[in-house]
Amino acid sequence: MAGEGMKSALYRQSARRRGLAFAALLALAALPPLLQALGQDFYVSVAARMLIFALAATSLNFIVGFGGLVAFGHAAFFGAGAYAVAILAERGVTSAFVAWPAAAALAGGLALLIGAISLRTRGVYFIMITLAFAQMIYYLFISLKAWGGDDGLPLMARSTFGPFDLGNDATFYWVALACLAAALFLLDRIAHARFGRVLQGIRENESRMAALGYPVAAYQLACFVIGGTLAGLAGALIANHSLLASPNLLHWTQSGTLLVMVIVGGVGTLYGGFAGALTLLLLEELLTGVTVHWHAALGLLLLVVVFRAPRGVAAWLHGLFSRGGTK
Amino acid sequence: MTQLILEQALNGFQFGLMLFLLAAGLTLVFGIMDMINLAHGSLYMVGAYLAAAAAAASGSFVVGVLAAVAGTAVVGALLEVAVLRRLYQRDHLAQVLATFALILIANEAVRMLWGDQPMLLNAPAALAGPVEIGGFSYPAYRLLIIAVGVAVALALYVVVAKTRLGMWVRAGASNREMTEALGVNVKRLFTLVFAFGAGLCALAGALLGPLLAVQVGMGESILILAFVVIVIGGIGSIRGALVGSLLVGVVDTLGRALLPWLLRGFLPAETAANLGPALAAILIYLLMAAILFWKPAGLFPARG
Amino acid sequence: MNGEKSADLLEVAGVSRHFGGVHALSEVSLAVAEGEVHALIGPNGAGKTTLIHQLSGAQTPDAGTIRFAGEDVTRLPMHARVARGIARSWQVTNVFGRLTALDNVALAVQGRQRDWGGSFRFWAPVDKERAIVDEAAAWLAEVGLAGRESTVAGSLAHGEQRQLELALALATKPRLLLLDEPMAGMGPEESERVVELIEHLGRKVTLLLVEHDMDAVFRLADRISVLVGGRLICTDLPDAVRAHPEVRKAYLGDADA
Ligand SMILES: Nc1ncnc2c1ncn2[C@@H]1O[C@H](COP(=O)(O)OP(=O)(O)O)[C@@H](O)[C@H]1O
Ligand SMILES: [Mg+2]
Repeated sequence: MAGEGMKSALYRQSARRRGLAFAALLALAALPPLLQALGQDFYVSVAARMLIFALAATSLNFIVGFGGLVAFGHAAFFGAGAYAVAILAERGVTSAFVAWPAAAALAGGLALLIGAISLRTRGVYFIMITLAFAQMIYYLFISLKAWGGDDGLPLMARSTFGPFDLGNDATFYWVALACLAAALFLLDRIAHARFGRVLQGIRENESRMAALGYPVAAYQLACFVIGGTLAGLAGALIANHSLLASPNLLHWTQSGTLLVMVIVGGVGTLYGGFAGALTLLLLEELLTGVTVHWHAALGLLLLVVVFRAPRGVAAWLHGLFSRGGTK
Repeated sequence: MTQLILEQALNGFQFGLMLFLLAAGLTLVFGIMDMINLAHGSLYMVGAYLAAAAAAASGSFVVGVLAAVAGTAVVGALLEVAVLRRLYQRDHLAQVLATFALILIANEAVRMLWGDQPMLLNAPAALAGPVEIGGFSYPAYRLLIIAVGVAVALALYVVVAKTRLGMWVRAGASNREMTEALGVNVKRLFTLVFAFGAGLCALAGALLGPLLAVQVGMGESILILAFVVIVIGGIGSIRGALVGSLLVGVVDTLGRALLPWLLRGFLPAETAANLGPALAAILIYLLMAAILFWKPAGLFPARG
Repeated sequence: MNGEKSADLLEVAGVSRHFGGVHALSEVSLAVAEGEVHALIGPNGAGKTTLIHQLSGAQTPDAGTIRFAGEDVTRLPMHARVARGIARSWQVTNVFGRLTALDNVALAVQGRQRDWGGSFRFWAPVDKERAIVDEAAAWLAEVGLAGRESTVAGSLAHGEQRQLELALALATKPRLLLLDEPMAGMGPEESERVVELIEHLGRKVTLLLVEHDMDAVFRLADRISVLVGGRLICTDLPDAVRAHPEVRKAYLGDADA
């Protein structure tokens, strides 16, 4: 009998964890009315931005942490999603139900193209070629005057979303939260399905997987495309949030920032991207209030993370608490 | 027309040589220590700023360049000892995170010291005008850059390929324990290589200062080009870095100058004017993608 | 059943492979018949592992052809060869160190499933796929690892990892199994168990066995090929190989001749 004891520790999916996730979701959903009651309406929009970056970082974490592919060009998919929405809006397509899937599909298609070429390379070369492709997309967009060049492409208004008005910050926040929650749920299912197990095997020992008959590159490409698609959705949201498809979204430092979020939050953990985006953006909020040179402070903090919390903030806190508990 | 092509080709050659100064240090660090250093571009920026500051203080461009090279080499050595050394054994992700942090810190440090405005660095007055070579005129300062670039590239090639120091460097990369057993202090060797690479960065930054703007963020755009170069050439290969630099320099410069004009030949003027610059801007990335598609480890794979 | 046991399952013709200046394999030709246990012997550095790499698809030869079941597989990637029925083990243990023994083998079993998209399934939890889990457990039992299912592979004893390595290869249900020194680094007791296992396997699949232990080789092999310095010097029945003068000289050492 293959009993319960034989289950892999890495695939544990406990009822308790699901309960916690649900409680967290409810708490996040309750945030807008809470902030409004406190008279801090402005922070609803700030919080929505955090959720969107959490989605972008989560999508990258799927590629980096689950797929084991250190991709340094995620901004391409994030930015492409944003531009897709802006370009469609310019042509009169304002429905979210058309524009957002289109944005995701464009980013996914881009990921398919870039991934198919990039996956011929390994390691450092993969990092560099994904970076180069993202730069290519960046220069392509800023040198085409039709798409706003250096200034980016503004949006007249947020997408229409059935009967709901996304112009209302709370509504927009909830939609962003729903997208993030749906993505996390989807990725969790994927991680526990056959596909997820294959990715885990590839991350662990690529050549062994090939020797078990798995076309490794095909699985990695699929992983890359899933991540890219979700980043496109995040891009659609961010363009709606700031009413602008900005070339900054495509810039390589954006890829760097997303990667930093993933590393800070915890590579390869479901909530790593979320934790990292939250940590980084909260730090930004706090530090900009303290000093104009907040980038320097952020840099120093990141160095601390690298040398003191190499497995991410979440794991580090967990370690602190569990050590404190046993002593 | 030939005048234009010739001039642009020379400009591209000159830019390629400067790229090589950056790429040489980067590819050595990359190849030898298997270390991704995003902060390499920051050393280039620090070099340019030091040159501008020293030149302004002393009134001499040459003093500025020399001070920049020496100063940046020291900064590089300190950086290696304080931070980077701890990263050699870590994975690429940790290296990306740490050196990304260094970029943030370096940019802010420069802002704190020299402010937000671009700094001015003037070429020596004697080299301000053009010179005539066989009925063809070319800026004297750019010729100087070419001369310096060629000299440094040759010297570097000889050092790495032919001298004992270069041999140690190559040996330290392929087998650290073995090299240490031969009595070479690998730790100090790496610091030295790093300082050396930093000095080369500063030289490029100082020489390009009068042509491009000396400003915060200048290191990042050229860093990506340097990455493209070493990936095209094959990571760890000095020869690859040289070939890659010249290829990228010439293709990029000629592309920007000629593509819009070429497109006009068979496209409507408006489309060409729109598409030309866009295509020129992504030309080197297309080149890199094409090369990696056929040769996934670059033109001159350093190992295997 | 085709009944004919003499058909060659694997035909290697003129395979060469060099690394820089080292000619690891020079025009090696070799045939392995369906159903036989074929041993490959030769001194260290003879090129045995390199040959296994060419056959399994871990590397591609510089020259020559490899045919499997009549099909040219010389340029096929590794996973495609596995799909056709070639499995291998590694000389240096190569398992999924951080997964449990059961998950290791489950991956191998899952890899064989090519129904609706194989492993391109994104929704149903794999833990609930009893068939996979049960079959994986059965393979572990087959190689003598019953009771070790939930142990993380990296913390199994060396010999047990070698057994797991075998289970991984077996679970792909190969027609041809390439074993690269399956007993390397094992104690005598563990070795004996593996020899028995191979003896038992030999009745079910075609085996190409690289092994240093001569007692084991002469006990297990139907035929033996000898590789020296990248060249195949003979393929013959065990007794003939034992008597072959060049083999004695090159490999067994001519001490008692
Ligand atoms: N990847 C490689 N790079 C360079 N040389 C290699 C490589 N693989 C094997 N060789 C060389 O090829 C020869 C055969 O090696 P190998 O096949 O491992 O021998 P065996 O398994 O018979 O002991 C040896 O000289 C070895 O050094
Ligand atoms: Mg061997």
